[in-house]
Amino acid sequence: MATTVHEPPRIEEIRNPSRLTSDSGNGGWRNLIPADGDLRAVQDYAPPPASTGIWVALAAISMSFAALTSALVVRKGGAMDWRHFTLPSILYLNTLVLLASSVTLEISRRRVATFMGGLKSEVASPARWLYLTLSLGLLFVAGQYVAWRQLSTQGLYLSTNPASSFFYVFTAAHALHVLGGLGGLVRVVHKLNQLVLRRSTLDATSRYWHFMDVLWVYLLLLLWLKL
Amino acid sequence: MHDMPAHAHVAHHAPPTSFIRKYIFSLDHKVIGKQYYGLAFVAVLVGMFLSWLMRIHLGWTNAAIPGLHFLSSNGAPGNIMTPEYYLQLMTMHATIMVFFVLTTAPFAAFGNYFLPIQVGAEDMPFPRFNMMSFWITFAGFLALVASFFVGDGPTLGGWTQYAPLSAVGSVAGPGEGMGVVLWATSIALFCVGQLLGSLNFITTTLDMRTKGMSLWRLPLSTWSWFITSCMGLTAFAVLMPACILLILDHVAGTSFFVPSNLVINDQLQPHSGGSTLLWQHLFWFFGHPEVYIAIVPGMGIVSHVLIANMRRPMLSHRTLIYSFGALAVLSYMVYGHHMFVSGMNPVSSLAFSFPTLIITIPSTIIVLIWLGSLYGAKLRINAASLFALGFISMFISGGVSGFFLAQPSLDIMLHATYFVVGHFHMVMGVAAMFGIFAGTHFWFPKMFGRMMNETLGKLHFWLTFVGTYCIFMPFHYLGMAGNVRRYQAFAPDFMQRFIPVHKFMTVAALLTGASQLIFVYNLIHSRFWGKPAPENPWEATSLEWSTPSSPPPFDNFGGELPVVYHDPYQYGVEGSTGDYVMQTSPERIQTAHDEA
Repeated sequence: MATTVHEPPRIEEIRNPSRLTSDSGNGGWRNLIPADGDLRAVQDYAPPPASTGIWVALAAISMSFAALTSALVVRKGGAMDWRHFTLPSILYLNTLVLLASSVTLEISRRRVATFMGGLKSEVASPARWLYLTLSLGLLFVAGQYVAWRQLSTQGLYLSTNPASSFFYVFTAAHALHVLGGLGGLVRVVHKLNQLVLRRSTLDATSRYWHFMDVLWVYLLLLLWLKL
Repeated sequence: MHDMPAHAHVAHHAPPTSFIRKYIFSLDHKVIGKQYYGLAFVAVLVGMFLSWLMRIHLGWTNAAIPGLHFLSSNGAPGNIMTPEYYLQLMTMHATIMVFFVLTTAPFAAFGNYFLPIQVGAEDMPFPRFNMMSFWITFAGFLALVASFFVGDGPTLGGWTQYAPLSAVGSVAGPGEGMGVVLWATSIALFCVGQLLGSLNFITTTLDMRTKGMSLWRLPLSTWSWFITSCMGLTAFAVLMPACILLILDHVAGTSFFVPSNLVINDQLQPHSGGSTLLWQHLFWFFGHPEVYIAIVPGMGIVSHVLIANMRRPMLSHRTLIYSFGALAVLSYMVYGHHMFVSGMNPVSSLAFSFPTLIITIPSTIIVLIWLGSLYGAKLRINAASLFALGFISMFISGGVSGFFLAQPSLDIMLHATYFVVGHFHMVMGVAAMFGIFAGTHFWFPKMFGRMMNETLGKLHFWLTFVGTYCIFMPFHYLGMAGNVRRYQAFAPDFMQRFIPVHKFMTVAALLTGASQLIFVYNLIHSRFWGKPAPENPWEATSLEWSTPSSPPPFDNFGGELPVVYHDPYQYGVEGSTGDYVMQTSPERIQTAHDEA
């Protein structure tokens, strides 16, 4: 092994220095010490933990739904008792509602960004679109409940058939996650009203919400194909 | 001394003042780490007690164990253990040990306490999730222990809970109704707790590192916790829905795991069409990574402890980290080797056998790096380094038997024998325990500000080391001779002659168990009356030894985060403090080992 004189490593380029609020972590890999050792030259930027954390959380949620998907495929493959049924049509309406909520959330995210960027006078009530998103989210969950009621009037319950079992398991697991997202949105509105909202919190919440959208479209396709 | 931006000084949450916020529902990662350690401590005593009961029963079947009927009047009428109760104790022993000891102590306890300090952070980024992580895990433990006192006792299905017997209710035996529901609830809760923990560990490692702490400058212990949390994130996320499906089969009448026309105890089961193999696939997709979740933190801890005592870094810091990572990736591709005799397609067995043999390559690299680094090193012998050596010994002895089990043709003969039991007890159980002991002796001065007694530590090591070999080596011979596992008595003629060996192992287990009291005494006595610990008792370099006090203050570094200038293991160099240079020391050094 060659003997080398240790030099402090070079500083790397700061990729995204413009943050609306200072909510970074402690340091991070982009934040190495310059060769001259002048620490004042180091901008203390690291990705805010919420924006990394949300991807980690979404990875875990994806794994859970992947496990359930593989369970569905295996269970259907070996079963003689699988009974196909038509999905309640309200699901398609619910899908539109959820997609619309993503659009309203994106609009509100931009308006909140403008508001937090100091242009408060231009955006009178930045939470208005968030309330709309919340309402659409609640409407989606209510719509899912209507779908369950419709199935149960047809005599399809959780234990009736493996197809209906998987339908209830998937939709209930997704609805629970959507309710979690609604909780996150309520937290965002509360923080916004208190003027303590961090940009990373808003971004993480909206990423989660959009992910619930994508996950639902995937689940709808899966259920439509397999059930 | 260092110029820091103003907001870096701000702690994420203020120090608590009330007793409840400080010690019970604490947000401080150090308190949560100690809570996890406490949970593992209680769990290991319960688990060990259960193993004593089982071993006494195996050596002296149908002997009365005084007082046993207090634990269960149905399971031990007249203080004599019923066959079913033996299986119930075995299931509880395994579940408690695998989840609440081997996962909780090296990963959740030490990881919580030391990962934020070793990266130079004042806490985890999501302290509330961290607090919830512990209390949800604790609720899971209570649910599991509660099954002893509910209905006809805990489940008897083994820690793997193979369907369909685990999914049909109490018709399958005592504890198979409410006991399984409580078991699955407990494990689902445990999964949620560990997912929240993993989220924090990963985010802390990626985002909370202090100035100058590049990824390669993280100590090996931090790397092992980081890699383990990546495994935990994906493995526990699969086990949790599997447990929910199992609960639904019980309480909602679904048929995920129960096939059609199943008759148990002369009763036709109302379920239809379920897949018994589905449970095994879901379980082992979690179950095999779980083995590495238990052992990789131990590997990191042992490497960290050995380096400080060898006074030189490992032969290759990066190769070790790559090997930890390779173990993690491969651990998902080998799970089918638990199912060689499940009726799976033989081609699948071959497909799972190949990566299982491949996974011995990173394992061997890790062991060779340890041995190569130890070769010629002037190792400081203390309790921590002895337990680290013991870990390596157990890992090799237990790991070698894995070569045999990895091959389907041999596994068909050895499957479900004591050979397998001996294999995993050594490679995963005892090795991980030695990692916990090494970590405890090494970090106790930092956690409690006092030194543990070295003489008692060494005595405890030798008794445990010799004792565990006496217990678990004979398992292999018995397995090769055809001794089947999970039998509560050895009635068939060919197994009668094994009973003297079982008696020997029982005596060894009782003595080894009793010698653990030395550790318990040492832990409690040193906590209150131990010699006050100097600032850096092991003359180690990583950040946990740079905190202003032991135990560290609430925000770990006393308001000013450290700045990192060096690799984690600058030993064997000329520094102002001796033969080592702290990671925080700004002095320029000439070294052969700096890789950053």
